[in-house]
Amino acid sequence: MRPVAVVSTAQRQEPELSGLTEVELMAPLIEKARSAVGLTQADIGFTCSGSSDFLAGQAFSFVMTLDAVGPVPPIAESHVEMDGAWALYEAWVKLQIGEIDTALVYSYGKSSPGSIRDVLATQLDPYYVAPLWPDSWALGALQARVLLEGGVVSERRMAEIAARSQSHAAGNANAVRAGTPTVDDLLDTAFVADPLRPHDCAATADGGVAVVLAADDRAGDLSDRPAWIRGIDHRIDAHHFGVRDLVAAPSAALAARHAGLGSDRVDIAELHSPFTTSEHLLTDALGLDEAAVTINPSGGALAGDTLMASGLMRIAEVADRISAGTADRGVAHASSGPWLQQNLVCVMGAD
Amino acid sequence: MTEGELWAPLTLEYPFTRTTGPVIGAFLTGLREGVLCGIRRPDGSVLVPPVEYDPETAEPLAEMVPVADTGEVVTWTWTSEARDHQPWDRPFAWAMVKLDGADTPLLHAVLVDDPSQMRTGMRVRARWRDEREGHVRDIEGFVPEPPS
Amino acid sequence: MTGSEVPPIDLPDLDVSAIEAIEGVEPVRSVRTPIRLDYRYVPGRAAVTYLEAMAEKRILGQRDPDTGHVFVPPRGVNPASGRVLDEFVELPDRGHVGSFCITNVPIPGRDDLSLPYASCWIFLDGADIGFLGLVAGCDPDEVRLGMRVAAKWKPDDELTASAENIRWWEPTGEPDMPLDEIRGGRGA
Repeated sequence: MRPVAVVSTAQRQEPELSGLTEVELMAPLIEKARSAVGLTQADIGFTCSGSSDFLAGQAFSFVMTLDAVGPVPPIAESHVEMDGAWALYEAWVKLQIGEIDTALVYSYGKSSPGSIRDVLATQLDPYYVAPLWPDSWALGALQARVLLEGGVVSERRMAEIAARSQSHAAGNANAVRAGTPTVDDLLDTAFVADPLRPHDCAATADGGVAVVLAADDRAGDLSDRPAWIRGIDHRIDAHHFGVRDLVAAPSAALAARHAGLGSDRVDIAELHSPFTTSEHLLTDALGLDEAAVTINPSGGALAGDTLMASGLMRIAEVADRISAGTADRGVAHASSGPWLQQNLVCVMGAD
Repeated sequence: MTEGELWAPLTLEYPFTRTTGPVIGAFLTGLREGVLCGIRRPDGSVLVPPVEYDPETAEPLAEMVPVADTGEVVTWTWTSEARDHQPWDRPFAWAMVKLDGADTPLLHAVLVDDPSQMRTGMRVRARWRDEREGHVRDIEGFVPEPPS
Repeated sequence: MTGSEVPPIDLPDLDVSAIEAIEGVEPVRSVRTPIRLDYRYVPGRAAVTYLEAMAEKRILGQRDPDTGHVFVPPRGVNPASGRVLDEFVELPDRGHVGSFCITNVPIPGRDDLSLPYASCWIFLDGADIGFLGLVAGCDPDEVRLGMRVAAKWKPDDELTASAENIRWWEPTGEPDMPLDEIRGGRGA
């Protein structure tokens, strides 16, 4: 496997960024990520992005956002209708082939102009499920009840996860939900989708993130302390609701194994948890020992969830800490689809 | 959004009509005729609603089997205000319902007035619409079935 | 691959014999599954500045200080290089036709346009990219490359923060741009 590292990141996330176009949001972030390591677009071998047309309300919306990259003279680029973590995977594969040494990866989501809970319903089975328009919180609640009544998780444990996220998020300028609530305070709130309370659902945000990857010696040239990708894999569970195992995250566990997560300790884990219950399942699926691993030092997706960018933001959060020297080895996770249907696991480490 | 902000409404509409194929078509035909059915998997279990290929192994499936329009709530959540697109205009419960004769649950609504009337394991029966066209909305929802 | 080489889909025959109710009835072959999604579209920082100036019958572009190129309508960046732009420049409401086609398709809500009309790629004086506009006020046969045109604004009491303030573009009668100065589709 060719060594590939994250050498630069830039991100921005707010409750609502409706006053900016996707181009106006991304151009400064892309420029910041490139210039931090002294690169211009001409130095980038491959550019890959992740976004959703249904979120933007426009077909091929990613093409317009290329204005923010600067595609002249013509660049090599690709796009995935997935979280940017999957765009990073595509760029990583391209770097493995060996014809390029650098890649730019970015993703963004602005859900505030529309209704994210309705947009997410359109990803479901179009014959049997989508015509009923179940919203994402309701689906999360159906899983949460199975976990609660099956004794897999407790409401207190869910509130503890939320409190931890909010307190870690206090140090993260890009978090949109931070604070120091007590577990009892959280449990004293009303359900938004029984048995889920507000703190159980990730805080919806608008935002974007840009990441520069480099391979081999190039990474060392560009960064004093590159965040090397030690292993990366993504897996998917079946689409049919009836066959999903709601008390486990099998595709997350398998991706973690193939990414080599269990081969050594990790200091930090950034998890893309749409719900506190998801975080509980992921901690188990990834085999994380909460006594030894700091879970979501940024607050994680619970503290700010930008559809299409949250996963790549998790990778950026881990990479930033490795490059800053506050962690030696970490794992980032990205997910998509109802009930943690698709999962990507990226293990990173310092030299 | 900010006060006085310049904005315009944008509506995207996709007036899809989808062809069903034989398996989904048979299920929807059944709905129109007021019966529910599933499809048998190689291990003998019955998948409801049915699909053409086994969702885990991709093996082609062919044996349609009838299931009851009664069953059991596997999990549920309460919706105090139906969203615009949802086919209900009053509070309802989302539920995964495992029909009698089926081995997998399907997603639909349970129509009760209050979440206190909901519990996992409760028995429910489909409430059929009078006018049916072969659509998942031909079932208005499920209602509690009194113990027999 | 020709049609004869496509292998047939080898599906087992569906057995529905256990479901009496659907035997002998007309099968459902299609299902209506419409999707409707509503958005509140906000134009963004550069476009808002542009549209608000439109309410005063002013046309704003953005200038790239590195290349000198002027872009109208402004998008907040140089779309070639991605450079973030924050310098606005005011442009005259006149320019020339860089390309055109004669259009016989009516525009919904524009009953004031008679068919055919000319859809034109218009370069304002001082701009380095063109944009789409309608040319009216002359016989479509007269529309030609290099023809000088000016904005036909709505009456002042109908102006809003909208590009629709320009109803169409009309010939000014000035001499045509020389062919070698026509911007055409060459871009910035």
